[in-house]
Formats: sequence, structure tokens, C-alpha cells
Amino acid sequence: MKRFLLAASLLALTAGMAEARDQIRIVGSSTVYPFTTAVAEQFGKTSGMKTPVVESTGTGGGMKLFCAGIGADHPDFTNASRQIKKSEFEDCAKNGVTDIVEIKVGFDGLTVANSKAGPDLTFTKTQLFLALAKEVPDKDGKLIANPYKTWKDVDASLPDEKIEVLGPPPTSGTRDSFVELVMDKGAEGIDSLKALKKSDAKAFEKVWKSIREDGAYIDAGENDNLIVQKLEANPQAVGIFGYSFLEENQNKIKGAAIDGKSPSYETIASGEYKVSRPLFVYAKKQHVGTIPGMVEFVKEYVSDKALGEDGYLASKGLVPLPGDDFKKTKAAAEAMETLKGDQLM
Amino acid sequence: MTDTAISAAPRRVSDNAALVAKRYRSERRFKLYGIAAIAVTAVFLVLLFADILVKGLPAFFEHRMMLPVSVSQEAIDPQNSKDPKIIRTGDFDGPIRESFRAMFPDVTSRGDRKKLLGLLSSGAADDFRAMVVNNPSLIGTDAKVPVLLSDDADQYLKGRQTGVAKIAGQGTITASADGEKFKLVTDKTPVLTAGDIVRLNGGAFRVVSADNGAYLAEQVTAPKSLDPANAGAWDIVRFTVTEHNRRIDDQEALWLEQLKEKGVAENGIAWRFFSSGDSREPELAGIRGALTGSILTLLVTLFLCLPIGVAAAIYLEEFAPKNRLTQLIEVNINNLAAVPSIVFGLLGLAMFLNFFGLPRSAPLVGGLVLALLVLPTIIIASRAALRAVPPSIKEAALGVGASHQQAIFHHVLPLAMPGIMTGTIIGMAHALGETAPLLMIGMVAFIVDIPGGFTDAATALPIQIYLWSDLPEIAFQSKTAGAIIVLLVFLFVMNAAAILLRKRFERRW
Repeated sequence: MKRFLLAASLLALTAGMAEARDQIRIVGSSTVYPFTTAVAEQFGKTSGMKTPVVESTGTGGGMKLFCAGIGADHPDFTNASRQIKKSEFEDCAKNGVTDIVEIKVGFDGLTVANSKAGPDLTFTKTQLFLALAKEVPDKDGKLIANPYKTWKDVDASLPDEKIEVLGPPPTSGTRDSFVELVMDKGAEGIDSLKALKKSDAKAFEKVWKSIREDGAYIDAGENDNLIVQKLEANPQAVGIFGYSFLEENQNKIKGAAIDGKSPSYETIASGEYKVSRPLFVYAKKQHVGTIPGMVEFVKEYVSDKALGEDGYLASKGLVPLPGDDFKKTKAAAEAMETLKGDQLM
Repeated sequence: MTDTAISAAPRRVSDNAALVAKRYRSERRFKLYGIAAIAVTAVFLVLLFADILVKGLPAFFEHRMMLPVSVSQEAIDPQNSKDPKIIRTGDFDGPIRESFRAMFPDVTSRGDRKKLLGLLSSGAADDFRAMVVNNPSLIGTDAKVPVLLSDDADQYLKGRQTGVAKIAGQGTITASADGEKFKLVTDKTPVLTAGDIVRLNGGAFRVVSADNGAYLAEQVTAPKSLDPANAGAWDIVRFTVTEHNRRIDDQEALWLEQLKEKGVAENGIAWRFFSSGDSREPELAGIRGALTGSILTLLVTLFLCLPIGVAAAIYLEEFAPKNRLTQLIEVNINNLAAVPSIVFGLLGLAMFLNFFGLPRSAPLVGGLVLALLVLPTIIIASRAALRAVPPSIKEAALGVGASHQQAIFHHVLPLAMPGIMTGTIIGMAHALGETAPLLMIGMVAFIVDIPGGFTDAATALPIQIYLWSDLPEIAFQSKTAGAIIVLLVFLFVMNAAAILLRKRFERRW
């Protein structure tokens, strides 16, 4: 037994000493995961180097790992479904991660969709806010618990059906984006709340950040495929998820128009469809030279064949950057320009 | 007094009979409840398995074409080096695309050709490359090469995008240009409805409107001529799902139908599902990386758990003094068995990764964490097995002069071994299905390369299932179910081994 334990601890030690790493390691957002993995696979196939390992840890978790330090123990890239926060950037700097390259890779549209068997839906952000917020203003502008039971209660133009929305849970980055892109803007569309924003910004924030908990909004878990299946089974229900799932399941579900624009590849790319968020990949420039393939991987990511309009990422559902932005991103990424803290929020 | 005695006696008899009947009824009722409970469980189980099988079986099949390809010296090995490394970098895509395009000589426009090539998998050349690398003598010859179709094309051919009906044309049909559209005229009773595809003279038209026998159609592919087509020379293709509701459009569907009619596209067993690692292309993704990762992880777990668990069990059961301390240990082992598995993951992260500095995503660390997780189970099972050996055996050994240790190692332990093995295998099966603890140590990852050792990056079967279930491509849903089938088979094999071991070595007294 003693000998066994000794062997085990020896093994542990030798593994710990194996510092050098010849494989790129990537962590971060599960939204960017499907795209970064596609690039990693292509990179592995064409470069002759080892295929990078891509972990799906969520944006926040990825940032924490990424900012923990430099050296072979720490990841080289992190995926993010939002820009790096100033606090995270400072945290990075404190741990010696000072040279970070930001690559904006494209957009992810958030869609509100229902079954093909259900009615065609068009919403305004304000209608969505009224249907989903925990507290809404009544006629006099006083906040009351959300009284709306059917879509028709919200607005006469909407169908006379129960409000039943399947969406991501509070831990999800998709939920954060939805709340910021739809609920915030929707709340601003109501006069009494606009006044509240001026007088008491904190209280206003609480109003648009709180989603109702009386059963009209259902946490459907992180798995978007599950939401699609539930929508298919229940034509009354409405779901919230990423655009790539709408594209893959267009035989079963259809996207609702928001503020007059239906979600499509074109409307998201042109910015007409407003409910979309940028996706990022961050690279640790200090690892260039120690970890083989860093620069080549970035080049593969921003190549025309990957990120271009007809690239393989577009066919995976990533909405690419418009032409000029893409050129700028590409040039900056290839030159490995580092991020400065004062550009961040 | 006697009156009451006489009248009471028969009443008691009838009372008894009623009571007995009631007891029988109650027993029958209970049996019915039991049968109902089993039936409900069985129905759920059957539904679950049927669902997984129906969804998962397509994952074990793939559509590929056998295409004649000329293996040209220039494209593959211009210097005639015969070096596999150089051959590997040759252009294998080119010849395959050329051969595929040659099957559709009418497709000439750039956009259409691109669309046509989109039906091929992005890894279509992988098989060809492997073939030539393994057998360089093929260079300079013509070969029949298996070419993989894309996941959408595969799904279409498996009938998972739309149903297709083909109706032979009756009578003569004539197409004539009418502005941008075409007019179709038949001399027999019309059977066309809007959305139908009419194929004639090598081209295809989609019927846009069908009012009173006047058919307006738009061109899908250009015909060779607009001559009238006789019965048998034209046909109708009717899809149950309209074009904008599926991922394969009419033109692509017609190309695939042509492939099917020519007998080029065949449905074969997808061996690559078992031989390749993960991929972002559903048609290329395989389970081997995850399976290897699971096996490596379980090996580490087994080699740690079995000796430590059994040693702990023997000591606690046979040698440890019965005092407060051992009682405390005992209670805590039982508590440990009920700790949520994610906690072990956090422990693994803090201990093995941050303190010992072991590599992330390694089966070694996964195995260590899972060992912690199943150790209490194995200790408890082993102690139960040791306790089940009749004390008379140990006492007899002690009586003939064996030492305490000899009595246990020579007599008690061998008899307890089947029970210990069963406990261990069930513990391993439990470890096989765990994902939560592996999340924290970085095994939830996209890993293409198949792990070759205990410190290589690896993932495990249940994690692969979780990762695939979250991807948008439809074809990954059947891959997910396919991976579940593999996991279930793995579990059945382990449980069957446990039962066999018990049956083979069990002793009854």
C-alpha cells in the first residue's frame, strides 16, 4: 500500500513538473464555443499542430481562468459573449496578464420564436417588457405586480393567448443579454419609467432587470435545443434563444419580428434587427513564443475562409461583421494589437 | 345466557368468514398495486429505450458515395517522394470535387456549382487521403473512393427533412415560356398541385399556381429543350415539407434524388462514429475520444479505489478497536457517500490542480476525483461483504492456530471477494455516468485528438453527450442519442460483469 501511495504521489509530482505545453487551451462562453471549436478543428487539420482544447466554462468563469496568470498552467484564449469588464481587465493586470488582444468575431442574434403551428408574432420591445417584467406601471404610472395574463391584455394587436415564455435561467449570458437588449429598451419606451430613470436610476434598473416569477416566464435551462422541442410540442408557447438554433430548426419554429424587423442573417448583419450582441475572443499575447501556434490560430480565426461572409463560421450560424469592421478587426488581430483599459466600461 | 352463547357462536363464524374474505381482498389489492407499479415502471423504461433507440440508430449509419477518382501524381505527390508525410499534404479535395461535378455535367454556373459541392462533407477527402497514405501504390491509378455527404444531405437521404413521393407522369406534358415563368400543359386529367416539382427533359419546374388545369411554374433547373415529353419521360416529385421549411432546398433535393436513382449514394454503417474523435461537423464526429477518456479515467479510479477501499474496509471491520474515533470515522464514511458529486469536483480543483499542479482536463485528475467519489461506496459494500461471511469460518481458522491476519486473508477475504467485486463494479458504473465533478477540472471540453495517456487532455462519455446535446445542428441530436446508446451498452456490460462474478464465485451456506 505504501509503495502504491508513493508511486501515486511521484506520478503527481512528475506531472506537475511537465510545465511545457504544445497545445493551445481555450476557455469561456458556451455561446462562442460552437464557433471557436470549428476554428480549432480546422486549425488542427491544416496547421499540422495539435488541435486546441476548447472548454465550455461560461463567459465569467472563462475570464477568471484567463486572468489567473501567465504560464503553461493558464489558458491562452477565452471566449466571451460580452466585452471584458474593466474590473476583469484590472484583475488580469494584477495577475500579470497585461497584454490582451481583443478579437470581435461577429454577432449573435437573440430571437423570440414560436412554433410554426402558432400565430405569426410581431412585438415591440415595450410589449415584451410589459409581458415579462415583474412589476409594470399602471395607468397612473404606479408600479404594480404584472397583471397581464394573455398577450391581448398587453396589446390589442397581439393574439388572445396565454403568456407563456420559455427562456434561459438567470445564470445564463443569453438571459443577461436579453434583459439588457430588450427589457431595458422596452422600459424606456414607457413615459412613467423614463421619468423614473431620471429621478432614480437604481429603482429603474431594478424594474427592467426583474423578470416575473408567477409562471408566465419559465426557466427552461441552458439547453436551447430543449426549448425548441418544447415550442414544437406547445404552439402557444414562445421561446427565447440564440439565432443559430432558429436557423437550424426553421422547419419547426419561426422568429417573431421585433420593432418591425424579423430576425434573419441579413437583418442581424446589417444591424437592422436590434436584438443582437457582439461575440469576442481574447488572446493572451504574452503566450506568443511559449505556446506554439498562438499567432497562427488567430490568423485562422480571422481568415476570410473562416470569418468571411461565406466562411465556414457563417454556415455554423455566426453572423459576421460588416465588411469594413471585419477588415479592421482582421488587421488589428493579425498585428496582435493589445487592449487598453481606458476603452472599457 | 345460553341464548346469547348459541346466538353469538354462529355470528362469530360468519364474522370470521367476512374478515377472512376481507383479508384476501386486501391481499389481492396489494398484489394488484404491485403489478401496477411494475407495469408503470416497465412502460416508462420501454418508452425511454424506444425513444433513444429510434433517435440514436441513425447515428450509426451514414450516406456516402463510391466515386471513381483518378489518383493523379501531380496533385498528390508531384516529386514522387512516396513519403507519407508529403502525400498527406497533397490535394485530395480537388480530385473528389472534380469527380462529383462530373456526375452533374449540366451544373455550370458558379453559384450552382458551389451549392452542389456544399452537399459534400468538409471531411469528404479524409477517407481518400487515408486510403492513399496507407497504400501509395494507388498513385497514378484510378480508384473507387468512398465520399462522405454533408450532414444536411445525409439527413435528407435518411428521410428526416421531408417525405418524398414520386409519381410517374401520365400523358404528354409541354412546357412553354410565359414571361419569366413557364406554362405547363398536359393532355390528361391534371394531377399537379402548387409546390410540386415536374421533371422533364433533364430540367425541373416548380408549380407555382394550379387553377383549373392552368399550371404556372418556375424553373428550378434549366431543361435541355422545351419539347413535349411523353408518358414515362416525365415525372412529378412531391415533398411533404415545403421548401422554405427545410434546410435542403428543392434544387439540392433533386440532385440528391438523382444520386439515389443512380444508386450512387449508399447508406452504410458509420464506422467512423467509433473510430474518430469529436468534430464540429456532425457527420465526422465520433465517440472514440470520449470512450478512451472514460476508460483511462476509470482505470485510474479502479487502481486507486480497489486497494484503498478494501484495505480500509478490512481494517475497520476486523482490526479497528470499537471506540469513539472509529465510530466517528464510520459515520463520516456514510456521510461522504451522500455528498453531492460537484463538491468532489471543487475539491479536485483545489487539491489536484491548484495545489499539486496537475494538468487540466487530464484523465489522471478525473480518475483521482472519481476515486474520492466512489471510495465510500466501495468501503461500505466491502464491509457488508466481509460481515456476510459466517464468523464460524474465521473462528475455525483461529481454532486451528491461524493468526488473525491469516484467518482474514486466507479465509474471510476470498469468500467476501464476489461481494466486494460487485460493489466495486457498481461504484465504477456510478463513476462512469458522472459529469458534475469533471466540469470543475476542465474535462467539459472540445477535444479532437484521441488521448494517448493519463495526462493528455480528454473528455468522458457523459460529457460528450452533454456537449453534443447543446449544439444547434440537427444531426447532433441523433449523435447524442447514439452516444447514449454506447454509454448504456458500456453500463450493461459492467453490470453484467458484476452479476457474472457474483454467480461464479458466490458461496452459499
